Amino acid sequence: MLKLKDLEKIFYKNTPNENIALNKVNLNVKKGDFITIVGSNGAGKSTLLNSIAGVFPVESGTIILDKEDITGKSEYRCAQKIGRVFQNPLAGTSPEMTIEENLSLAISKSNNLSLKWGLSKHKRKVMKKHLAKIDLGLEERLTTKVKLLSGGQRQALTLLMATVANPRLLLLDEHTAALDPATAIKIKNLTAELVNENNITTLMITHNMEDAIKMGNRLIMMDAGQIIYDIKAEEKENLSIEKLLKMFEIKHGGKFNNDRMLLSV
Amino acid sequence: MNLSFAITSLEQGLAFGVMALGVFISFRILDFADLSVDGTLPLGAAVSARLLTAGINPFYSLIAALLAGGIAGAITGFLNTKLKIAPLLAGILTMTSLYSINLRIMGRPNIPLIGKSTIFSLIEKLGLPYPWNHLILLILIIIIVKFLLDAFLNTQIGFALRATGDNPQMIRSMGISTNSMKMLGLILSNALVALSGAMVAQYQGFSDVNMGVGTIVAGLASVIIGEVIIGKSSIMIATIGVVVGSILYRFSISIALNLGLAASDLKLLTALLVIIFLSTPRIKKALR
Ligand SMILES: Nc1ncnc2c1ncn2[C@@H]1O[C@H](COP(=O)(O)OP(=O)(O)O)[C@@H](O)[C@H]1O
Ligand SMILES: [Mg+2]
Repeated sequence: MLKLKDLEKIFYKNTPNENIALNKVNLNVKKGDFITIVGSNGAGKSTLLNSIAGVFPVESGTIILDKEDITGKSEYRCAQKIGRVFQNPLAGTSPEMTIEENLSLAISKSNNLSLKWGLSKHKRKVMKKHLAKIDLGLEERLTTKVKLLSGGQRQALTLLMATVANPRLLLLDEHTAALDPATAIKIKNLTAELVNENNITTLMITHNMEDAIKMGNRLIMMDAGQIIYDIKAEEKENLSIEKLLKMFEIKHGGKFNNDRMLLSV
Repeated sequence: MNLSFAITSLEQGLAFGVMALGVFISFRILDFADLSVDGTLPLGAAVSARLLTAGINPFYSLIAALLAGGIAGAITGFLNTKLKIAPLLAGILTMTSLYSINLRIMGRPNIPLIGKSTIFSLIEKLGLPYPWNHLILLILIIIIVKFLLDAFLNTQIGFALRATGDNPQMIRSMGISTNSMKMLGLILSNALVALSGAMVAQYQGFSDVNMGVGTIVAGLASVIIGEVIIGKSSIMIATIGVVVGSILYRFSISIALNLGLAASDLKLLTALLVIIFLSTPRIKKALR
């Protein structure tokens, strides 16, 4: 489904600040995989997702999504097959537009844009059905401007928008980290629900070890621009936070330096 | 202020209202401070005046102005999206180039249109008394432009355009090129501004190479006055606001002139007006 081969990303190449953010990363993602990604700050997790999403070009290596080589394609072209949710709950929606206008863009994502009306009776019906799933009563507020929603509501809407067009791949970058604990739990449950319902192949970065172990079928740990562990199936089911931390220390040769991660254990 | 002053203000407000709708697209929808409009307003006037002197149907000259403005907008778009020149500078470069181009189109700095067939002389032939004939024509044009714009902004592409100015990251995540959307918005915006230039030239009876000075500020003033007085809860409301803002702006200019202000001081007055309106939210906040 997704194949990363010798992916290398270097920031400030050929300057004193040269920074190898991805060091020959290889990864083979199967269709339907739900992979959680952990690692200390600066390990290269976000860079990995940004590279796949075409936010910036990589130095070398290839990215194959669904048999198509998407290496070097621009962000908006990659996005036609990829859904994304960012840490910032404001990043994924247009605040001055209404809920239905935002969702309409997400629903038309798979088609070419046209001069057809952005909204229709049929589209509204489909939207209400989808909004009912996230269970926040938004289906009754179609014409509310998104800027009036709370961070959690906006993140739920973003998640729905990222999955509604059935993307080949879903990229989540600490998408619950900026929410209060109760809202974060809701969004996590919603994530599992939407991903399972459509069997969407997913990469999810999280700073929460417990979530990383509990959610998904596969766990990747990154350090210094490399994948240092790739834990699957049964092995993952038998994982504990203590084991995971110990594994990290063995490879890294030092304590886990992600404060937030330890706090949220 | 007597009646003829009021009618003149209303007519000007309507003719320049089309320009204000163009500025609304770039400034509010796209969030792109596009200064090319100071060049595209006289561009529309130049194209139209040149065609009128050649005896072309004045309504066709409006369409030609629209197209010319669209091309100018595309150039600003190209400078910004492909050559990565900052929006302000891209607009200034187009505006400056257009000064020379407009002179070339007209062949001289000023073309009088007295005695030429214009959209107004054509409508006068229908036998309606002045000022109703002029007003009906101007209102008709602006209603058509406003409703077409409203409709467009409610299509799928229109949604994408609006989101581009509001949250470009979101629109890229939706698989849409922000560059294409900027290009489209600038083409539309400058097309409308040039159309307005053609209407204004025919209304005032001449085209002048310097008639574009301060267009962006007048456009902004109209947009902002509209927002304050009518609001912007939806596109339909916002575009009504822009037209009303344009009319009120021309009225306030007339009043200022009537109160004895020199015509040459008007640009300063307009700039001050825009500064006051733009800073009101901040001042209100600071006072709280
Ligand atoms: N856009 C960027 N420009 C320059 N350096 C960057 C950029 N993004 C990330 N980096 C650097 O790359 C390294 C990896 O960062 P990142 O992928 O954000 O780590 P993580 O998400 O695992 O915390 C860090 O050293 C970071 O400073
Ligand atoms: Mg990160």
